[in-house]
Amino acid sequence: MARKLLLEHINVPGINTYDVYRSKGGYASVEKALKTLSPEDVVEEVKKSGLRGRGGAGFPTGMKWSFLAKPEGVARYLVCNADESEPGTFKDRYLMTYIPHLLIEGMIVASYALGAKTSYIYVRGEMMPQIRILERAIAEAKNAGFLGKNILGTGYDLELYVQPGGGAYICGEETALLESLEGKRGNPRIKPPFPAIAGLYGCPTVVNNVESIAAVVPIINEGGDEYAKLGIGRSTGTKLISAGGNVKKPGVYEIDLGLPVEEFLYSDEYCGGIANGKRLKAVVAGGSSVPILPANLFLKTANNEARLMSYESLADGGFATGTMMGSGGFIAFDEDQCIVRNTWNFARFYSHESCGQCSPCREGTGWMEKVLHRLENGQGKMSDMDMLVDISKKIEGNTICPLGDAAAWPVASAIRHFRDEFEWHVTNAATAVTRNYGIGNYADPLIIAEKAG
Amino acid sequence: MLKVQHTNEPVEFSEALISSIADKISRYPEGKQKSALLPVLHDVQAELGWLSVPAMDKVAAYLQIEPIEVYEVATFYTMYLMRPQGKYFLEVCRTGPCCLVGAEKIMDYLEEKLGVKEGEVTADGLFSWRGVECLAACGFGPVLQIGPEYTFYENLTPASVDQLISDLTAKANN
Repeated sequence: MARKLLLEHINVPGINTYDVYRSKGGYASVEKALKTLSPEDVVEEVKKSGLRGRGGAGFPTGMKWSFLAKPEGVARYLVCNADESEPGTFKDRYLMTYIPHLLIEGMIVASYALGAKTSYIYVRGEMMPQIRILERAIAEAKNAGFLGKNILGTGYDLELYVQPGGGAYICGEETALLESLEGKRGNPRIKPPFPAIAGLYGCPTVVNNVESIAAVVPIINEGGDEYAKLGIGRSTGTKLISAGGNVKKPGVYEIDLGLPVEEFLYSDEYCGGIANGKRLKAVVAGGSSVPILPANLFLKTANNEARLMSYESLADGGFATGTMMGSGGFIAFDEDQCIVRNTWNFARFYSHESCGQCSPCREGTGWMEKVLHRLENGQGKMSDMDMLVDISKKIEGNTICPLGDAAAWPVASAIRHFRDEFEWHVTNAATAVTRNYGIGNYADPLIIAEKAG
Repeated sequence: MLKVQHTNEPVEFSEALISSIADKISRYPEGKQKSALLPVLHDVQAELGWLSVPAMDKVAAYLQIEPIEVYEVATFYTMYLMRPQGKYFLEVCRTGPCCLVGAEKIMDYLEEKLGVKEGEVTADGLFSWRGVECLAACGFGPVLQIGPEYTFYENLTPASVDQLISDLTAKANN
């Protein structure tokens, strides 16, 4: 049983209230940081921990903090990215719903480290219930002296506000989020300047994911070195994985990075295998943007080594035979699922969510959606697959923000690994609209499914 | 995409709404009151049901910004409604993970059950529905949300949809 750093007390009744949270050792990291550590010490601990941004990009959090410009007399901001919108990912919603004080505690420590006097939690607009939960928790924390003026008598002042978004995936991109927080359309900014130099209102700003901020709490409580002992290699600590799709036990799981994917997928402690006695066909391991892998390549790398839930192992083989950790949105596809239909669905998502600023993304995502729709509906041509790959290559790397890449990768990887299924949609057009291709020849690890099922 | 409904009908904001606008503005530095735009639009929509041009013009006046700054934001973000919807606007997640567990069947069922197409309102004015993109509840799909509280209904089945519709109908008639 792995150690739980974030979700240890998640099942304690009333843990969403200040009193119960405090009685379980909550806010100890604020006392420790504000009373015994300098802001630089806190940054140093986070650097030592090796924590990597949990929102998807995996950039080292401590390093991001150390880039923050500190000009005299200019306000600095910490903004928490709680715009969780990546299909397959629902860990931040879970954390904010059940243990909101963990995020608030992390925000106080991180704001102190960065010298921010006002911080914002930007929550996607659809999460109004979570916004209400956070606002109540903030009021409780303020009442207990952990927010406001002169926190714990240390002279440190902090105001924390929750800001709702308006329902736009693009606002998960940090500069689009800042635009949105300034009351504008969520059009990503051209970088540089990076937010660390010119972010919110043109001031130095750090934007961090909910889970990254929450992880600061155990890092400060136990020390960065202790945190770094968990995990494997450069994938330190624990990670929340949102398990969905056709797994037997969907939900949010905290794992030690480095857990074998086979154990995560098939053991009863985690996903419990595939639902309804079906076999595994494919997996999207890190949210809809990362390349889809057929079951065989997912469970074992191209070198026939067991794949692990870590940044490095999931990426083993590059995009040819690997994928990415992303945001930890784990989507399992059973044998009845149609890869073409799902690829069309994801393409529609990106087309819908493109902000429209860059032509390759605005136009390309729409074209991909239309071509995939025609393939799925029995009107595709054999040349469509090459055309889709061509479009995806013309989007990738040619846009201001990574939404273009995120739209290109799922399409390119689906064709890379499931080309025969796409071709079958063309050669068996009439059949393809009435039934699915099935498991095809992605089946070599199925023996594992049968054994564990 | 919901079409814009044009109207010149003037709107009134309640005192609670006006004081909530002031509270929102106080959260940002001096001169950065435009930051309150998204939260204020949510509040206005919660009170009026949708965002008409006169309502948006009023928001612009409170925030001391140009009306176009409100229009461009309100039409960019999908949560803001540019035309009236049913009293209960059911938004069903239609993205991949929910579709793996039957979201498309739920939308078909809703259309049949309510007898209206996506974006249309039932004759009694109570219901309308649409598919929306990922609601970050992928482990509990199919899911739908109902504003302005954005209550979530998870693991939907035709039976639970029936129950929900009848509960909401009863609530509206009381």
